[in-house]
Amino acid sequence: MDKPVLLDCRHVWKLYGANAEAMLANGRIPDAAALAEANVIGAVRDAHVQIHQGEIFVIMGLSGSGKSTLVRCLSRLVEPTAGEIEFDGRDLLRASEAELIEIRRKKMGMVFQQFALMPHLTVLENVAFPLEIQGVDRATRRESAQKVIELVGLHGREAYYPRELSGGQQQRVGIARSLVVEPDLWFLDEPFSALDPLIRREMQDEFIRLQNMLRKTIVFITHDFDEAIRLADRIAVMKDGVIEQIATPEDLVQNPATDYVADFTRHVARAKVIRAQSRMEPATAERFAGEVAHDATIESIADEVERADAPMKVMKDGKVIGQITSRAVIDVLVGRG
Amino acid sequence: MLALSRHITRGRLFWLGLFALTWALSTYSFQLYKLLDARWVIRFPSALQLNLDTEISNFLDWLVNEAHFGLFSFRDLTRAIAWMIELPYQFLRNLLIEGFQTGIGDGAVQIAPSLSWIAVIAIAVAIGHYARDWALALLVGVCFLYLAVFGQWDSAMITLASVLVAVPIGAVGGLALGILAYRMPWVETLLRPILDLMQTVPVFAYLVPILILFGFGPVAALVATVIYAMPPMIRVTIVALKTVPEELLEAGRMMGATPRQMTWKVLVPAATPTLMVGVNQVIMLTLNMVIIASMIGAGGLGFDVLASLRRLDIGAGIEAGLAIVVMAIALDRASQAFSERRMSHPRTGSVVQRHPWTTTVLAIVVVTYLLGQIIPAIQNYPDALKISTGAFWSDAMAWINVNFFDTLETIKTVLLTTLLLPVKKFFAGIPWFWGILAMGLIVGRVAGWKLGLAAALMMLFIAASGLWGEAMVTLYLCGVSVFIAILIGTPLGIWAAQKPGAGRVILGLMDTLQTLPSFVYLIPVVMLFRVGDFSAMIAVVLYALAPAVRYAAHGIREVPPQLLEAGRMAGCTPSQLLWRVKLPLATPQLLLGLNQTIMLALSMLVITALVGTRDLGQEVYIALTKANAGQGIVAGLSVAVIAIIADRIVHALADKQKRRLGL
Ligand SMILES: Nc1ncnc2c1ncn2[C@@H]1O[C@H](COP(=O)(O)OP(=O)(O)OP(=O)(O)O)[C@@H](O)[C@H]1O
Ligand SMILES: [Mg+2]
Repeated sequence: MDKPVLLDCRHVWKLYGANAEAMLANGRIPDAAALAEANVIGAVRDAHVQIHQGEIFVIMGLSGSGKSTLVRCLSRLVEPTAGEIEFDGRDLLRASEAELIEIRRKKMGMVFQQFALMPHLTVLENVAFPLEIQGVDRATRRESAQKVIELVGLHGREAYYPRELSGGQQQRVGIARSLVVEPDLWFLDEPFSALDPLIRREMQDEFIRLQNMLRKTIVFITHDFDEAIRLADRIAVMKDGVIEQIATPEDLVQNPATDYVADFTRHVARAKVIRAQSRMEPATAERFAGEVAHDATIESIADEVERADAPMKVMKDGKVIGQITSRAVIDVLVGRG
Repeated sequence: MLALSRHITRGRLFWLGLFALTWALSTYSFQLYKLLDARWVIRFPSALQLNLDTEISNFLDWLVNEAHFGLFSFRDLTRAIAWMIELPYQFLRNLLIEGFQTGIGDGAVQIAPSLSWIAVIAIAVAIGHYARDWALALLVGVCFLYLAVFGQWDSAMITLASVLVAVPIGAVGGLALGILAYRMPWVETLLRPILDLMQTVPVFAYLVPILILFGFGPVAALVATVIYAMPPMIRVTIVALKTVPEELLEAGRMMGATPRQMTWKVLVPAATPTLMVGVNQVIMLTLNMVIIASMIGAGGLGFDVLASLRRLDIGAGIEAGLAIVVMAIALDRASQAFSERRMSHPRTGSVVQRHPWTTTVLAIVVVTYLLGQIIPAIQNYPDALKISTGAFWSDAMAWINVNFFDTLETIKTVLLTTLLLPVKKFFAGIPWFWGILAMGLIVGRVAGWKLGLAAALMMLFIAASGLWGEAMVTLYLCGVSVFIAILIGTPLGIWAAQKPGAGRVILGLMDTLQTLPSFVYLIPVVMLFRVGDFSAMIAVVLYALAPAVRYAAHGIREVPPQLLEAGRMAGCTPSQLLWRVKLPLATPQLLLGLNQTIMLALSMLVITALVGTRDLGQEVYIALTKANAGQGIVAGLSVAVIAIIADRIVHALADKQKRRLGL
């Protein structure tokens, strides 16, 4: 990754329990057994994460694996037991309460699983709420709120109360509210988990559309692997508070670092993850049926390549870097190799 | 023999033995005293008696007469508080009843009359409509119209003025303390035992010190009312704030809300529906207490009831009582509607269009004011059109007493001789030392030996205060009343849960019963059964019935449907289903109902002192009439002791049952 690092988190621990601090005294690194013995819950253990400007970083894991806790440490909603977190060149853990308020007001936004909308406020007031907290005058904040409401496609529902909206619409309000302050870093904690599968799909499309426009730096939590590979630039897989692996979706599938990750990714539709460039061979054919982008997923090109009577060129930056055959595509589709 | 011994487990043997021993000691305590020639068997040795009451009285004397905090004396403090309460109260009295005047005595000049009865009714209707709909508006309007037509207007307005002063103080004070407790854990730690105690100390008990601190009159009554009505608001506030979803708080923090913004822009608004439930409670408790506080100088409907009870004026008592009922219903329904009210979309348009109700009401106020100057009937409801039902009620009661005297008397005698008197004799005979020990054993067995020791010490406190006899009478009356209330209430609750139609009627009735101020219950009881233990018991049963019914219904309804299906599939008949599945699973709820029933019974029992019981309540009541603060507080604490012990026992039983059921 060549982009600059926006959020850098090193050796972050979050332990729950009576003697949490003592467990980590003098730089000790307790293992799971030691924690269990001391009756301490290791919600996050020794996490290292670097979030780069403009990327979508997805945190994955089963329920209780510590995803929410990690993200709450990154935003300091939860005080980490130990570790260092640097945000935008500032030491987040040493920031005073006032500085923290300032950072959260201007630079961070968060979307919640259960939407967390204020029940007594209308859609417009909910979206304008962060600005109200900042003391922005009424006219300005209504104007800004109106803009994001249109952005998320809720035009015409400004005067509704949250209870009058469907789940998907409520989450749009949640998204709009977190975007109204134009945050640099955008946290989303399982934003679509409470929605029906169809709506979830629609919201993912919506999210991709928004991201294409806004190009935010995003930390996205999910326990749904399909969701993760649709959205992620990089994925961190967590288990019992430990980050097992951080990699691109493709890497994760092809080179799982641990058995757990391998298990986790076994049933993934590989065609959705693997990209043309990783299954290409040197361009030796005399005739090509067409060309595909190097980072296109196999799934997206399968139909075209399989139907063609000749291999296709794989292109990167306008240059041919290899060829891909229907054979290679079929191998991926049926799970060979 | 073998079959019998199988049933006698060690646990049963303990209870059997305890009961047998208690019974023997109770029956033969007098003989024992004679035999040993030891008077201490039946009397707590006077040499060991605590004189807490005199000390408390002296302390209060000192507080009122001498205490000084540097800049101001304690008396200045109470005067300041009195002034702060007097001011809004007097304003409301002027507004609702007396009109505004300048000058005093004969030189008084009227500046403005009070609100006309029409205007007050219009305001009530408007509030009803604002809170929910036309149906509620109609109900509230009819209730207020009733007060005017049946000649209860002036008293009712005095009561209303007290309620209107006490409710905001109680609600805002409770909210503030609740927020403080939420924000600072140590405040909660500090408040919790006080709140617990306040819940169990009978109301009469703190009327006495307040009477001494503030003197007889409406201000003292209002202070007592606020103190009485505030604790539930504090509790509700703490619960309401704690149940605001964690995510909402995180959302607030992520937006960079300051602690103050968190409280006022996130927490309190999000908790408002629950907080309104607290306000509803404050209103109902306020009304209850404003009526009771007529004993220390609150006028109004409560005073009318009290006066007619004292004169045994049946008609007037029922009239005022019904007016209280009507007012309670109006206040309860309106404030409940507020708590269920949902935000609606703001109207647009001019000021008048946006606030149609405010405008209409203002117009009515102005018009009735102007017309009232010319036509007196608009200012005050004309006397000629008032309907007095007093005579009717007196006649009705007389008729009942003539025709049913024998029946009522038989019921009374049978219950007295078969139940009340034997139980009374049993409790009254228990020697104090054994009572203390037995209580320790009971609590220890059920709730652990540490609590058992505490219970024994608390009973010792009662004995050492010279109140053993009174406490035993309290135990007996409370026990019998609760027993009967449960006997009636549980089947009613089960019935309500099984049959939705009947359920609506029964539970609706219970809701209404619960909103009625406790004083009201005394009226019919005294009319029908005159004074004495039996009347007291009936009033207590009526008052304490509601929780028994409600919790039973709730418990039966909450039984998981899968279990019922499993039972049905196993071929249970409906009655097997009830006895084998529903009731066992509902026991924790039934026990909670029992707990509530006991608490209500104890609080009512104190009020039945007015109908001549000889229990701790009477002791408090006497202290009140003699303005003896020490006596009142000690007797009040003794009632609290009984309440606390009962609470611990029942809770321990409920916990055990829950654990057994794996809930
Ligand atoms: N305040 C707390 N006190 C004690 N333990 C906690 C607390 N918060 C979280 N935990 C524990 O930390 C672990 C991680 O919880 P976390 O909520 O981060 O999981 P998650 O991956 O977000 O799960 P989910 O998918 O269910 O949201 C869990 O075992 C949880 O029980
Ligand atoms: Mg989570």
